[in-house]
Amino acid sequence: MKRFRPDVDAPEYHGPYAPYDIIKEGTIAFVVVAILVVALATLFGSPDEQAVTIRTWSNADPIDFATTALGELNGTTITAGYGAPYNHASLGQELGPLHLAHLVGVTIPVNPVQDFIIAPLSSVPNDHPLRVALAQWHVASKAQRATWVARYTRAASHMTWTDGHIVVPATHAGPVGVLINSLTQMARSGALDQALVTGHGFYTTNYTKPLLFVADGTYFAHLAQRQHLLGAQWGMMNETDSYPGQAWLWLYTFWYQVPPFSTSANADVQVWAIMMLASLLLLFVPFIPGLRSIPRKVRVYRLIWREHYRSS
Amino acid sequence: MSSADIERQWTTRLRHRVTGHLPPEKVLPDTQPAYVASWIYVFGVTTMVALSLVILTGFVLAIRGPQWWHTSNVGHYVNSLHLWSVEVFFFAMVIHLWGKFFMAAWRGRRALTWMTGVVTFLTSIAAAFTGYVSQTNFDSQWISTQAKDGINATGAGSIFNVLNLGQMLMWHIVLLPLVAVILTAVHVVLVRVRGVVPPFDDTPPEKP
Repeated sequence: MKRFRPDVDAPEYHGPYAPYDIIKEGTIAFVVVAILVVALATLFGSPDEQAVTIRTWSNADPIDFATTALGELNGTTITAGYGAPYNHASLGQELGPLHLAHLVGVTIPVNPVQDFIIAPLSSVPNDHPLRVALAQWHVASKAQRATWVARYTRAASHMTWTDGHIVVPATHAGPVGVLINSLTQMARSGALDQALVTGHGFYTTNYTKPLLFVADGTYFAHLAQRQHLLGAQWGMMNETDSYPGQAWLWLYTFWYQVPPFSTSANADVQVWAIMMLASLLLLFVPFIPGLRSIPRKVRVYRLIWREHYRSS
Repeated sequence: MSSADIERQWTTRLRHRVTGHLPPEKVLPDTQPAYVASWIYVFGVTTMVALSLVILTGFVLAIRGPQWWHTSNVGHYVNSLHLWSVEVFFFAMVIHLWGKFFMAAWRGRRALTWMTGVVTFLTSIAAAFTGYVSQTNFDSQWISTQAKDGINATGAGSIFNVLNLGQMLMWHIVLLPLVAVILTAVHVVLVRVRGVVPPFDDTPPEKP
């Protein structure tokens, strides 16, 4: 006869049965939960903070917008240095010897200079200085462009917003000043929002490019900080205002708060690896000796089945 | 056609198989073992009815499209119902999951019941996440731009682009709910086939 394993096998039940009206139980549960949901929705509603547009960003903080645009040109923004799946700028995060994103490759190509700056500016009509600046940019060598951008970047700490224009005291920076100022004007008019979205054609539901651009600026992060949404504020499980958000992501969010993940450059891939492992452990609990014995050993079941044990 | 031929038909065999494993009294039982007497058992059915409310309110939101709730008070209220039914759904499901863990509910050839439950839980997390990034507001902007780094770092971002609203919305309203509902149905059928796990045998061993 096969040996009885208490964490795998269940004893055969020969005890009494009680009446059970499954349809009545389901109906009562539905009514009670529906009342609860209606009460919660009526009392608390739901958050709906308006989306940030490039227009609102560049009007609220033109310096931050222009600095971000310059960052796309000089390669210092998050997107510019991201790597796969957007570009080849870096190997991306590593898990041991593996750069998983890099292994899969660039599947959603994003070239910040071309996609965020040059292509949108090329669609602006009737702007002679901009047309000249773009022509100058196009014919210049890669090294020449880098020199212009570097000179402009060195002076950018003195950037001001004066009389509706971005002003940077840079010399010999070629067309960079015109490009940055024109892009800021375009953004403030709302045309850049459209240009980035319609880059995919008339119909689109893909907001990858405008979202990446907005997320490169500090304006967006400041708004999120005010709404307690930053990573260090348990932001992955929060939502705007004081709503419960995705509370079920507490364990995922927890890892980002503690060392070494709170300071690791590879935190995302490390936390995902931990959560994948945790999910697999949860899935295969019935087959993992030791883990599957926990319920029998901690004896919480005595509380759950207290009536049964009392009567037997 | 002889009765033996009929018995050999695929349809007949399937019917015998289904009714053998799941006779009507198991599908709609009118009694249950007396040990099924704890508040913890309420959370399984609570999870299911909350899921039905999530789907019902999602249907209403889908009628007028993803932007309706921003411009209509009725739409916003339906969105609130959708949000809170999701919150109740997860609250009930997590308690259900822990309750089943402490009962070691996988015992007695119930491992598949446990596993379908866990996969439904994980699928529901993905479904809720794609809902959050499909809201077309500040929350969806922030959550998607933050979450992309984790998903991209695993390599999955190459096909699962959280910044692509159309893709996320389709996953949220078609693919993931379909998987969650099918898994829930399989989970419930398995519960009905195998029954509710009996308590541990705590009878002290007889002295020799």
